[in-house]
Amino acid sequence: MAQPPTDAGHAIAVSDLRMRYGDKDVLKGVDFTIEAGGVTALLGPNGAGKTTTIEILEGFRSRSAGSVEVLGADPEHGGERWKARMGIVLQEWRDNGKWRVRDLVAHFGDYYRPYAEPWGADELLDVVGLATQAKQRVQRLSGGQRRRLDVALGIIGRPALLFLDEPTTGFDPHARREFHELIHRLTDLEGTTILLTTHDLDEAEKLAERILILAGGRIIADGSPDQLARAAATTAEVKWMQDGRLQVHATDDATAFARKLLATDEGAVTDLEIRRASLEEAYMTLVEQFEAGEAEAAVDKFLSKLWLASFAKKEATK
Amino acid sequence: MNPAVNAYKTGWRRALIETRISLATPSEVVGIVFPLALAVTVLLFLRGVDVDDSPVSLGSMNMPSLIGMMIVWGGALGVLSTMLLDRTNGTMLRAKSMPGGMTGYLVGKLGMTALVTAFNVVVLLVVGLVFFDGVEFGSPDRWLLFLAVLALGLVATIPLGAVLGALFDNPSSMALVMMPFMGLVAISGIFYPVTALPEWLQVIGQVFPTYWTGLGMRHALLPDSAVAVEIGGDWRTLTMFIVLAAWAVASLAFAPKLLSRMARRESGSTMTARREKMQQNWG
Repeated sequence: MAQPPTDAGHAIAVSDLRMRYGDKDVLKGVDFTIEAGGVTALLGPNGAGKTTTIEILEGFRSRSAGSVEVLGADPEHGGERWKARMGIVLQEWRDNGKWRVRDLVAHFGDYYRPYAEPWGADELLDVVGLATQAKQRVQRLSGGQRRRLDVALGIIGRPALLFLDEPTTGFDPHARREFHELIHRLTDLEGTTILLTTHDLDEAEKLAERILILAGGRIIADGSPDQLARAAATTAEVKWMQDGRLQVHATDDATAFARKLLATDEGAVTDLEIRRASLEEAYMTLVEQFEAGEAEAAVDKFLSKLWLASFAKKEATK
Repeated sequence: MNPAVNAYKTGWRRALIETRISLATPSEVVGIVFPLALAVTVLLFLRGVDVDDSPVSLGSMNMPSLIGMMIVWGGALGVLSTMLLDRTNGTMLRAKSMPGGMTGYLVGKLGMTALVTAFNVVVLLVVGLVFFDGVEFGSPDRWLLFLAVLALGLVATIPLGAVLGALFDNPSSMALVMMPFMGLVAISGIFYPVTALPEWLQVIGQVFPTYWTGLGMRHALLPDSAVAVEIGGDWRTLTMFIVLAAWAVASLAFAPKLLSRMARRESGSTMTARREKMQQNWG
């Protein structure tokens, strides 16, 4: 049961990843690395290429160009031993509906035996909160229960890396919260590296230590939820009335701007208002514009709001 | 344990579990029993219909033919329909995501199909032996022949089903395959002696396995004098084994390459696309 070292080096290293369907470029040079351990969220509007990216990492899909390394191997030539160290939870899975929950978990564990000691079925069902459903048929599970079973099957071989693609799509708030708690439990368990995709900023902030925002075929922001929030808040919007007209100005230094404005207005400025931008607002605008088909403009506007120094430098050199 | 051995063993356990599930799920049992019961009922009424040159009634002659047909349908179409369904609901993709999962999946599904088909064949056999005059094992070597036709028939048709399953990826292609299969049954001497057909249709019928499994089962289960109805008045035992073996070899030769190509192409988004297409087709 020799378990290759997983702590050394990157869990995932992606460089200049490109994907083209017909004449449409979905990924136009994606770069990122993820170290072993922790939860990373790949956040982006629907249709931004999150699923494409994650499928390339999983080895389900061939890329057009670029280099990708997952757990030390190219996913296109991963092999069974490599596969044994990964867990995959897809957006929607309705497989093996006639099996009973416990039978399925116990049986699927057997595939991993040559590589690692899989979870015991009862223990694992306990972890994901399905102990009382053990004897039920899989097709009778609710949506939330089904997804928790998918997670159980994803982690059954004690993977070094777990992929979750839009894990809470279609959940009610209660099922969502239970699922978030499960993910927190998983990260406490054995230091599995988790990469999840989501279009929901709130979910990314709750679950992930690091957020990568994918839009327009590139990673356009990268940082901890806190870093991104602070970066977004650097810009402020100043509004006031002057000569009966509404004036709006965006600035990085609202205090200095306001001081100067009031010093020279000769009492004409009224209704002065300063609002710090939030990450949420910036992201919402991004999603709206993206869905309206203005991907490039959406990215530009988002970046102008999100003044992440390191990132701006990188964009400037392009 | 050696990973490959583990995958095969786990796959075999899957075959046993899924056979049990299949035989214990009322909806699946009804799905299998209903069409068979319908066919058998028709044959029961044909027990009074005589066939020229034949020592047994049309009903009794058709009973072994039906068993022969069951091998091909259960084998080839059984695997095909399972694979089409499993590519839509994610069962196959799940297998792809696990180490040795694809091997285990195929061993499991092919094994399950063989077991379930063999079970159905045995049920039909018992019905034939009990209710149809002239349907019996004339000598011990006929038992052997019965088992040999069953075994070779399954080995020929199950990989054939897997080849079809690898080529077609949409549940609506089931109809595309069903139609020619129905046509083949009509020219394979299952429900009437094939000698009643024009010669060129006889030739086409004899290319495919259904004619030969039917012939083999008639040989195993009918009195010797029933051979008078067959082409050339001969059971052509050697030819039967050669044709079925040729189908087995051909399917087994193509299956691995096609199946690995299929596995390579399988992904979450192709599955979603397939499902959306299916929903559009069904309104």
